[in-house]
Amino acid sequence: MTSQVKSGSRAAKPGNSVLGRLSAISFMTPASIFIGVFLFIPAVWTLYLGFTNYKLTGITAAHPKIVGFANFQKALHDPQFISSFKLTLLYVLFSAILGQAILGFLLAWVLSTVKPRIRSMVELIVICAWIVPGSIVTFLWVAFLNYDNGTLNRLTGQHIFWLLHDPFLSIVVFNTWRGTAFSMLLFSAAITSIPKSHLEVARVAGATKMQQLRQIVLPSARSFIFTNLLLITLWTFNDFGPFLLTGGGPGGKTELLPIFVYNKALKYLDFSYGSAIAAIMLLMNLVLALIVIRAGRKNK
Amino acid sequence: MAILKRQKTKMIQEKTAVEKGFTGLFLALCVAFFALPLVWLFIAPWDGQPNYSIKWPSWTLTNFAEISKNPYAYKSLVNSAIFSAGSGIAVILVGAPASYVLSRVKFKGRDSFLYTLLLFSSIVTGSAAMVPLYLLALRLNILDTYQGVILILTGGLIPTAIFILKDFTDSLPRSYEESAQIFGASSFRILKDIVAPIIRPGLAVIFVWSFVQAWGNFLVPFILIRDINKQPGAVMMYSFYSDGGQPVIRQVAAFSLLYAIPVMGMYFYVNKKYGFRFYGGIKG
Amino acid sequence: MSIVTTKKITKVFPGGVRALDELDLTINDGEFFALLGPSGCGKTTLLRTLGGLESPTSGEVWIDDKDVTWSPPGERNIAMVFQDYALYPHMSVKENIAYPLKVRKLPKDEQEKRVAMASKALSIETLLERRPGQISGGQQQRVAVARAMATTPNLYLFDEPLSNLDARLRLEARTFLKQLQTELGVTTIFVTHDQSEALAIADRMAVMDKGVVRQVGSPSEFFHRPANLFVAAFIGSTPMNLLEGQVLQGNVKVGSNTFTIPESYRGKLQEGQEVVYGIRPEYVSVVSSNADGVASGSVKVTENMGTHYLVSIDCGGTLVRGTVPDGQQPANGATLHFLPDLNKVLIYDKVSGNLI
Repeated sequence: MTSQVKSGSRAAKPGNSVLGRLSAISFMTPASIFIGVFLFIPAVWTLYLGFTNYKLTGITAAHPKIVGFANFQKALHDPQFISSFKLTLLYVLFSAILGQAILGFLLAWVLSTVKPRIRSMVELIVICAWIVPGSIVTFLWVAFLNYDNGTLNRLTGQHIFWLLHDPFLSIVVFNTWRGTAFSMLLFSAAITSIPKSHLEVARVAGATKMQQLRQIVLPSARSFIFTNLLLITLWTFNDFGPFLLTGGGPGGKTELLPIFVYNKALKYLDFSYGSAIAAIMLLMNLVLALIVIRAGRKNK
Repeated sequence: MAILKRQKTKMIQEKTAVEKGFTGLFLALCVAFFALPLVWLFIAPWDGQPNYSIKWPSWTLTNFAEISKNPYAYKSLVNSAIFSAGSGIAVILVGAPASYVLSRVKFKGRDSFLYTLLLFSSIVTGSAAMVPLYLLALRLNILDTYQGVILILTGGLIPTAIFILKDFTDSLPRSYEESAQIFGASSFRILKDIVAPIIRPGLAVIFVWSFVQAWGNFLVPFILIRDINKQPGAVMMYSFYSDGGQPVIRQVAAFSLLYAIPVMGMYFYVNKKYGFRFYGGIKG
Repeated sequence: MSIVTTKKITKVFPGGVRALDELDLTINDGEFFALLGPSGCGKTTLLRTLGGLESPTSGEVWIDDKDVTWSPPGERNIAMVFQDYALYPHMSVKENIAYPLKVRKLPKDEQEKRVAMASKALSIETLLERRPGQISGGQQQRVAVARAMATTPNLYLFDEPLSNLDARLRLEARTFLKQLQTELGVTTIFVTHDQSEALAIADRMAVMDKGVVRQVGSPSEFFHRPANLFVAAFIGSTPMNLLEGQVLQGNVKVGSNTFTIPESYRGKLQEGQEVVYGIRPEYVSVVSSNADGVASGSVKVTENMGTHYLVSIDCGGTLVRGTVPDGQQPANGATLHFLPDLNKVLIYDKVSGNLI
């Protein structure tokens, strides 16, 4: 019955994988189309617009011209851009790395030592802050930081316009609050994946908590740490969240790059300049990602 | 022997009073930090005269009644559900097969390829590519449509979904598929009978993750949707303003709760059923 | 049931690793055949190629009189038991056993019958409703074998079937496998890195190294006449003494000691030839006097092997292992005289590594 199948079955290529070449390609096709159309094209388009003088209104709207690196040069001499750029780096450093990652790690580490009931309760609250939609979160923080009767002023007995007085600090704390859950979850997984015996050996040997952390937990969680840093760095760098809280103000004090791009392109309708900044951001993302990946490989 | 061992571990795990104190203090501070801003969400909607403060509510439903006077309010939640379910399904349908291939077929530069995708996605879901995305939607004639928002959200979510799903699939031993292959099962059969049921928790996690992301996304519908009939909750939140430009707190508070509950419920359901698991990390 | 033949089969992996190198092998009908070798020798690749999970770069695989080199695994009528058993965690034991039958579209009652038959043969009837995660490793192995058996294949392939079991279970399981294979009489090929396992249960076996077969034969041939130095060093629970020396006036000179060349080698060796003098510790016995052909040295280590002691003797820098009966073990540092059993001595050419 199956005697004559020999010819042609060569194409079926057993081995390699369960997937034949054909099904592998057909499985990849939809994703490739999505990525091509909705990621690659916009990214290239952004780059292209950055080299033009395209604006939504005025003469150049209909016939944009290639202006070379003019927009990029403009950016490098634009004090607003420079300060926005610095602000974004600080925002990543303080809210993502020092805020989310470290607080998330501490939470995961401490929660791994407490009773399951307490653990799931604390986790629930932290995760709530993470999954509540951004538009709501904005209002929650507007209420929390409100001048007249916001919770923070009430608790501390102060009268401070937090968003005017300490706008940058406010958004840093805000983003830490918002995103710590992800780091906590990832690090919890990392800590659970450490074999119990490793920690017990260290405890029997009389290692202090700090030594256990440095010598056992951190090395074992290495790949988790770098995955986490990579993702939260990228997410925070491109975070648009504070826009809803401060709109970039007051006086550009919270005008992170994504907000800067938004203001330039969609508020002042200077598409080409906004796109050039976006292209620079893409490049910066690449650099940041390379730094994290390199560090991850090196510290093995 | 067993008893001895148990005693030993117990002894080792014993914490000093100082440690206990620190642990308690740290957790109390964390709970305060994360819970305080959230309290308003659960209290204010029930108060007849809510302001930005947290106070014991008068337990009334008038705020919810007032929202229902706004013809677009509940509609926007339905719209959110359409965007989110659409994106969630599309992400699974498109992302799962691709992540399976990426997990099983080795090719040079596969990891760099995945990282590059992540980079692109973080840009495109941010504000940077909003101009081209707007222009793209214009050209594709999907401006002001459900499918336009769904397609663009899906495009932004797919790389991360593939990245995480690939990790799930990597943890599935190849021998499962190979043994089925030896029994004569076809590729499709293997995927349907073996692979899909085993990575179902991963698929559920990714579905909910995509759903939550789409549910909360403000920028994409804000830019692509003009028709108020199609606006999702995220954008609708900003329509509860008085003529003077001040938010109408009663409406905002009630709507926030309605808008928050579906995703929170969904998240905790899946978390309870499957657990939000993460594997792996940067390899190589 | 089936005769398996490979013809000049070569597998080169991307990256240039030659896992199989023009390998020829024939496995006879009904044989329990072991593929043995150090890790990375290509034994698993060979098994997977027979199963159709890998396609060879060149060469052919024949099962009986059919070239199956390019047939998909499902068309070869074989069953494979994997090292991790590959039991599907989301199916019950029963569903696991029935799954291949379902794939082959057997009628429901036939499926039931086969599940009952296989689970009875492996005494797992009481486990049918459980999930693989709820049963022990040994039970999982039985389920995997039952699943294979229910498909009534012409050829079984086992990939390290015992390596996931603990030591005591392993002994039990291997006896059981041997018995089952004898009863079924179906050609069975298994891969192992444990030579005692291969020696214990295989009818015939092949030792592989770097993608080539170094020797094929029965376990006793392997034990008594390893065909080359690689196999000689690899086989045996205590490694064979392999003493490098030179043929001088009818003897082999190893350092300061001379060892007698057995009668059977007369005329096969040339004066001055570089050879390796091989003798298993079991065949090195301690003698009292310093007679002809007797070597001596001082005792370095003695190890208790239960019924006897293994003694390592330092003969002028060369370590020779011998055995003494229980109760006669010498003290460390004592001078010992010993004599190899000439009937058991094997002499290898040092250059080619082959048995002379």
